[in-house]
Amino acid sequence: MISQAQEIKTADRPNYTKKELVADHPTWCPGCGDFSILSIYFKLMEKLQVPHEKITSVAGIGCSSRFPYFVNAYGVHFLHGRGVPFATGISLMRPDLHVFMFGGDGDAFSIGGNHLDHAARKNIRMTYVIMDNFVYGLTKKQTSPTSPIGFKSKTDLTGSIDQPVNPMKKLIAAGTTFVARTHSHLPNHVMEMMEKAMDHDGFSVVECLSECTEFYPGAFDSANPRKGGTFTLVPPYHDVTDEVAAYTLAMAPFPGYFGVFYETQRPTKNALEAGLIADAKAKTENASTLDLLQKTFDRFS
Amino acid sequence: MIDDKTTNTVAAKSGRTANGRQIQDAVIRFAGNSQDGIQAIGGFLARLAGRTDKDVMTYMTIPATISGGPSIYQVRLATGEVLSAGDDVDILVAFYQHSYQDHIATLRDGGILLYDSDNVQPAPVEKRYRAVGVPITSRTVEAIGGTAKDKGKNMFVLGLIACMFDLDVPKLEGMLRAYYRAKGQDVIRNVLVAFNAGYSYNLGGAVETFAFAPEEGRAGRRQVVMDGNQAIAYGALAAGVRFGAAYPITPWSTVMEILRAELPKYGGIFVQAEDEIAAVAMACGASYAGHVALTGSSGPGLSLKSEAIGWAVMAEIPLVIVDVQRGGPATGLPTNVEQSDLNIARYGSHGDCPRIVIAPSSVEDCFYTTVEAVNLAREYSCPVILLSDQALATRFETWEMPDLKKYVQDISPSFEPRGPNYKPYANTPDGIAHHAAPGTPMLDGKYPVVTGLEHDEYGHPANAPITHVMMVAKRRRKLLVLDAKLPPPEMYGPPEGNVLLIGWGSTKGPLHEVVDAARAAGESVTTVHLRYLMPLQPGTKEIMNGFDHVFVVELNDEGLYGYGQLAGILRASFCDPKIRGINKTDGLPFKVREILAMMREKVKEAEQPVLV
Repeated sequence: MISQAQEIKTADRPNYTKKELVADHPTWCPGCGDFSILSIYFKLMEKLQVPHEKITSVAGIGCSSRFPYFVNAYGVHFLHGRGVPFATGISLMRPDLHVFMFGGDGDAFSIGGNHLDHAARKNIRMTYVIMDNFVYGLTKKQTSPTSPIGFKSKTDLTGSIDQPVNPMKKLIAAGTTFVARTHSHLPNHVMEMMEKAMDHDGFSVVECLSECTEFYPGAFDSANPRKGGTFTLVPPYHDVTDEVAAYTLAMAPFPGYFGVFYETQRPTKNALEAGLIADAKAKTENASTLDLLQKTFDRFS
Repeated sequence: MIDDKTTNTVAAKSGRTANGRQIQDAVIRFAGNSQDGIQAIGGFLARLAGRTDKDVMTYMTIPATISGGPSIYQVRLATGEVLSAGDDVDILVAFYQHSYQDHIATLRDGGILLYDSDNVQPAPVEKRYRAVGVPITSRTVEAIGGTAKDKGKNMFVLGLIACMFDLDVPKLEGMLRAYYRAKGQDVIRNVLVAFNAGYSYNLGGAVETFAFAPEEGRAGRRQVVMDGNQAIAYGALAAGVRFGAAYPITPWSTVMEILRAELPKYGGIFVQAEDEIAAVAMACGASYAGHVALTGSSGPGLSLKSEAIGWAVMAEIPLVIVDVQRGGPATGLPTNVEQSDLNIARYGSHGDCPRIVIAPSSVEDCFYTTVEAVNLAREYSCPVILLSDQALATRFETWEMPDLKKYVQDISPSFEPRGPNYKPYANTPDGIAHHAAPGTPMLDGKYPVVTGLEHDEYGHPANAPITHVMMVAKRRRKLLVLDAKLPPPEMYGPPEGNVLLIGWGSTKGPLHEVVDAARAAGESVTTVHLRYLMPLQPGTKEIMNGFDHVFVVELNDEGLYGYGQLAGILRASFCDPKIRGINKTDGLPFKVREILAMMREKVKEAEQPVLV
């Protein structure tokens, strides 16, 4: 039923170009940070030549989650907050695919917060790109779980009063095995982070600051060199396997550091389940479905 | 019921000769506390019955507490078909004073009360039954000795019953050895010592022994003894389900426990998800990836899954959702039965959301409806809800060994290239379209998105009025196509008469007994069983036309207007004001007597002349 994990890059066929991956024209507002992530996704697929029919992107609900419509590949537009468990179902049953999950801060840290923790703890093989804009854009400017205190929105007219989530701290604490942070205004860095995330065997998450030019313009200028900010990379001496050091980096005040905060190797649930199957099949000597079931029914008779 | 003919039988198999009164049917209720192992007694009796050509049905109540609390287990053993767990008991085994007090009323006239004389002091014996005291606790302690205290008194009682009913002791001993093998030799020794102490306890002629009459045609038939949740789990495995995800909830959990243990042998995975919503989302994901998946829960979980069920309807993803119903709303009655999730099964979610709903009528039917649910989901690319209930989930029944060859199937996805111009949501005449799993090459290089937004035939978001009209109709049309293919509902009794009793799910057995009893009393009563609850089977309306009174018998509330959930659906569908309800909400399965009494009362009410 579940085949052995196949190499993702297969196929003796002519290479495709990223043009073939372009689908509907994105409905995002001009200047939206999400454009940059989309074009880097095309570039990454083109670079790795992932077979066209195996590119699979899943999204929740929000501006960012319109993503799959703009990619000419298998895509799913699922429910708000539930993209991660949906992608889990695909990932566990299809070792031949590398599932990409796209969503925003509402999906990841608010309505779907619980799923993020459990996919991290179970180390489900997939890459989750969180397009974090610090605001609810699709519903037109309400406070998000990452909106800073004082941010004025339609649901906080006098400024947000609730402590925002610290994405890096949450991800590290949940047991995510690859945690990185990037900024959509620096495409080369986004590319580097997404490629590293895809290389990682496990649950890899990239938080990508992605500016909402309509409802929170300038939110990330302080990290954008072209707008007079400073883009501070994770220091070269940082040991990515050191959980405490990663946590310390995450404590830095906004705009903080960019790069890989944490990476560790831990068996994926995909591998552990495959192990259970291998053991069970060895024990039952690869018995057929009919033989296994008949044996069980005989026991009940 | 134990009849009064006394004949001599030879208990050849047990190597023991006894004078046994020959009987057709016996209802035995064990009443104690949940930690006494009375479920084990019932379980062994049920399995033994299955192996000795008898029919059996059990019934139990379990307290929804962590440990302890009163609990009962009722076993009905018979030659011939058993349709319900029995209204009244022939033998009541009472372990405690409260067991005796709470259950003595269920003992029929002429029945036998067996009580633990160490714990129970019965009231001065009524003439209507016989009371026999046995020092169950002290004899068990004496037999086993050591530190076991009164553990093992269930085995002592099993021995008593084995002797009274002249059961096949070698077979029973074999079952005990096999069951306790993993617990080690000491436990097996104690079990057998307690069993033998009970078996050889001298009842001093206070109770005669009984023997079941052999049944023609049954001998040699291979029987299976299972509970409803086991039948669902193995049905799913036979049907080819290789992915499931769920969250634990009573009384659904045992299905997921079995699948978690069994699926790896079949190359599959079962995930214990972080919550009900994640479970249904994972199942949607696996189905999308090409492996039709199963999730399940009880009522509270079905509420949580409702949004995703709507997504699967919109995205046209095949999915099987099992709901083992319990008393609701909210936490309600976790360990009692109710048929009150019909409305949420049919309508739960938002928007116009057609899906398929089917309900098994017995443990055996749990197996077959699960296979059918998987195939319906695949054929119609939509969610299928299987409405089982707590009574089916926890009772043992004997049923004929299925011909597994006929049901085992491989439903692995096909990755045959599609296209050109492949439409995931093609607006076909029957409305049915099957999506392609990722990995399927598209010949024209155009790949589909599967979505919960309203979409055109290619899966592109499209909210034009005409698109929504077309797609709503397409999703509805699939169910109309299924409806036209369904058989008419199964009828028991003549097609015309005075009273028609409509039932669904686990009320089928009692309703058949009601018809038998009513017809024996000269009343014109027929019953019809609805296996498919969405869409409804064709011919339902026409059947109702043949009767003066139509009652829908359901384990749910009679509502504001005097009828329950299915009755409301039938009224809305067929505009027939004759349809009324026979309902109850005590959390227990219907007794034959209860239905008869309510039916007679309501018929009488309706036939009163109206005085002006």
